[in-house]
Amino acid sequence: TLRLICTTTAVQRKNVRASGPEKYTEAFIKKQIEEFNLGKRHLANMMGEDPETFTQEDIDRAIAYLFPSGLFDKQARPMMKHPTEIFPEQRKIQWGEDGRPFHFLFYTGKQSYYSLMHETYEKLLNIQKHQDQLTVQDLPLQKEKRNLAGSRWLSKIELEEMLLEKLSDDDYSRFIQLLQKLVALPCADIEEEYIQKFSKEVPVQLQKVVIEPLQYDERGVAFSTGEGKRKTASATAVVYDNGSGKITVNGTDILHYFPVLQDREQLLFPFQFLGRIGKHDMVCTVSGGGRSAQAGAIRLASAKALRSFVTEKEVEFMRQAGLLTVDPRVKERKKPGQEGPRRKFTWKKR
Amino acid sequence: QLDHGCALHTAARGCLSSVSPQDVPAEKPRAVFHTNESDPAKHTEHHEGRLYDIPLEEVKAVFPHGLPYRFQQQIQTFNEARVMVRKPALELLAYLKGSNFAHPAVRYVIYGERGTGKTMTLCHVVHYCSRQGWLVLHIPDAHLWVKNCKELLQSSYNKDRLDQPLQASVWLKNFKTSNERFLREIKTQKKYTWGKREATEEGRPLGEVVEQGLARVRSASDAVGVVLREIKQQSPRGSFRLLVAVDGVNALWGRTTLRKEDKSPVSPEELTLVHNLQKMVKNDWSGGAIVTTLSQTGSLFKPSSAYTPQELLGKEGFDALDPFIPIPVSNYSPREFESCYGYYLERRWLQHEKAHTEDGKAELQFLSGSNPRQLDRLAGPL
Repeated sequence: TLRLICTTTAVQRKNVRASGPEKYTEAFIKKQIEEFNLGKRHLANMMGEDPETFTQEDIDRAIAYLFPSGLFDKQARPMMKHPTEIFPEQRKIQWGEDGRPFHFLFYTGKQSYYSLMHETYEKLLNIQKHQDQLTVQDLPLQKEKRNLAGSRWLSKIELEEMLLEKLSDDDYSRFIQLLQKLVALPCADIEEEYIQKFSKEVPVQLQKVVIEPLQYDERGVAFSTGEGKRKTASATAVVYDNGSGKITVNGTDILHYFPVLQDREQLLFPFQFLGRIGKHDMVCTVSGGGRSAQAGAIRLASAKALRSFVTEKEVEFMRQAGLLTVDPRVKERKKPGQEGPRRKFTWKKR
Repeated sequence: QLDHGCALHTAARGCLSSVSPQDVPAEKPRAVFHTNESDPAKHTEHHEGRLYDIPLEEVKAVFPHGLPYRFQQQIQTFNEARVMVRKPALELLAYLKGSNFAHPAVRYVIYGERGTGKTMTLCHVVHYCSRQGWLVLHIPDAHLWVKNCKELLQSSYNKDRLDQPLQASVWLKNFKTSNERFLREIKTQKKYTWGKREATEEGRPLGEVVEQGLARVRSASDAVGVVLREIKQQSPRGSFRLLVAVDGVNALWGRTTLRKEDKSPVSPEELTLVHNLQKMVKNDWSGGAIVTTLSQTGSLFKPSSAYTPQELLGKEGFDALDPFIPIPVSNYSPREFESCYGYYLERRWLQHEKAHTEDGKAELQFLSGSNPRQLDRLAGPL
C-alpha cells in the first residue's frame, strides 16, 4: 500500500524579517580576521612597505590611492578595516545544548539591562554600608565634589551599544537616575572606577584654532589677512589698523561694487559687532559666486582677519555669533524625474 | 560736543527764518550746522558744510522746475528748504563773482558720480544769480527733451527739423514764472510771423512772445527759439546778465530714443529745442556765464559707471563744449556728513532709537559711503 505523504506544492517561503539580522558564527568571524591580516600583508607588499609595521592609517591611504572614488559619503567608499569594526557585535547564543539559558535573568527579555541595574544597586548598597561604618566610627565623611561640568553620562545609543540590546527611553532614564543617586552620596569615591565606565568627557573648548599674530607692513601699520568661502565664491581680505573705515573690493569702492544695501550690511556686520566701524581699512579680492555669495565670503574673510586684533573672549563671542563658521549650504543636486532639486514636474491627472 | 540734549528741542521750536543775524557757534548748538545767511552772495569757506535756508516764496519763484524730486518732497515734509553749502558751489560762486563780463561767456561743467549733489550745486548757483538779479535760463533736465516724447511735429520754420510742442510749452510756462520782470523789459528786435494771421511786431516786450507760444501750442518750440535768440543778442549790451543753466547737458549730443514716422532714428540736431539750446551753449556771446551739469541717470546708451565729461559728452559734445572749466563734485566730507546727520536728527527724521547713537552714525556713514543720495534713501525708512 502507498502511504499518502502530504506535500505542499508551494515551497515554504523564507520569512526574512522574522529571522532578524544575519547572525555570524564565531568561526566565520575568525576566518574574516585571518583573511584581513593576510590581505594586510599583501597590501603592504604591493605598496612596497614593511608588512610588520603597516598601520590602519597606511591601509586607508593605500586603499584611497588604489580605488579612488568621487562619492560624497565617506561610508560608501571602498574601505578595508578590521572585521570587528565592520561586523557589528552580536550576542552569542545565550543558551546551551540542553536549551537551558546561561544567564539567570534571560527570561526577563532584557537580561543585560536588568543585570546592570542589579549591579549598580549593589554598589549603592555597598556605599551606604561603608557610610554607616564611618558614622559608627565617627570618622568624617569625605565630601569631594565630582566635577560634573566637564562630563556627561553615556547617551541611550551608546548604552545600547555597550549592552548589545535595545532599551526603551523609560529604562534609560531609570538607569541615569540611579547613577545620579549613586553619585550624590558622599562616599561615592569608592566606586569611582565603576562610575567612570558610564561617563564621558565633554571637550570644553571646541576647536582650538590658532590665531595668527599681527603682521606689520613697511609703513608700520599693523595688518592681518583672512580667507573666506561661501557657495563657490572665495575671498581674501587684508584688514589694516589706524584706518578711516574705507573698504576697497577688487580695486573699486564698495558703493560701486555692491549697489545693494543688503550686501553692504553683510560687510558691515563683523565691524559693527566688535564696535570698530571707523577704525580699520580693508582691501579685499573676491572671485566666483554671485552677488550675495561674494558678500558672505568677504564677511567671513574679514571676521577671520579681525581675530588677530581682538581679545580671546571677543573671538569666542564672534564664534557664537556665527561670524567665523563656514556656511555649508551649497546648491542642491537636481534629481532625475524632477524638474529641480525639490520641484516635481507638473502633475497631470490624465 | 554736539549736545543733542534739551537745548536742541527748545531751539528747534524757535523760528527757522532767523531772529539773530550772527551765527555764533558757541551759543546755539543748532547753529553749528546751520547758517542764517540766506544770501548765497555772502557764503564763504567759513560757511562750508552748513545748511542755509531759502524762504518758501523764493523757492516757488526761482525754482518752478529744476529741483530734484526727492528734494521737493523733503521741502514738503520739513516745510522748509535747506541747502548745504559745499565746496564746489563756493568755487563756482567765486569764479562768477570774479569773472569779467566783457569777455565771452565762460562755460563750467559740473561732473561727478551718481548722487553726489551736482543738481543741488546748480540750484545753489541759480539761486545766487537770481538774487543778484540775473536773467536765469534754467533747463531742468535736457534729457526730457530727447526721450519719451509723444508728439513730434514737423517744424514750419525749417522743414528738416522736428518740433516738440508739449515740452516747449511746459518750459515756457516755468520760464515765465521765474523771470517775470525781464519779460516786460526786454523788447524784440525783429518782426516774427507765427502763421497767416499772428505776428509779433518789433519792439514788443518778450512776454508777448511767450504768451503767443503758450496760446498756440503748435508754435511753442519756435517761440522758445525766438526767446533764446533775442536774449542771446541782447545780453552783450550789458543791460542784464544772463545765466544759462542746463542740467544734463550731455543729452544735447549723442543719441535720442525718438523715431520719425518712417522709423528712422532722430538725431538731436533735428530737434528744434535741442538745436537752439546748442546755439545758446556756444560761447560766442558775452555778458554772462554758462553752467552745466553732466548727468548719467537720465542719459541714454551710456554705461552706469561713466561720469567723466569725456565719457558722457562723447566726442561731439566734448568738442562743442571744449574750453570749459570742470568742477568735480564728490561725496560728503566727514564734516558735511555730520551736519547732514545732525540736520536729520534735529528735524526728527531719524526715528529709530539706535540712529541717535554714535554707533548708529558710524553705521549710516559706512552703509551710505558718505554718498548724499544713499544717505537720503537710507534715512528714509528709519
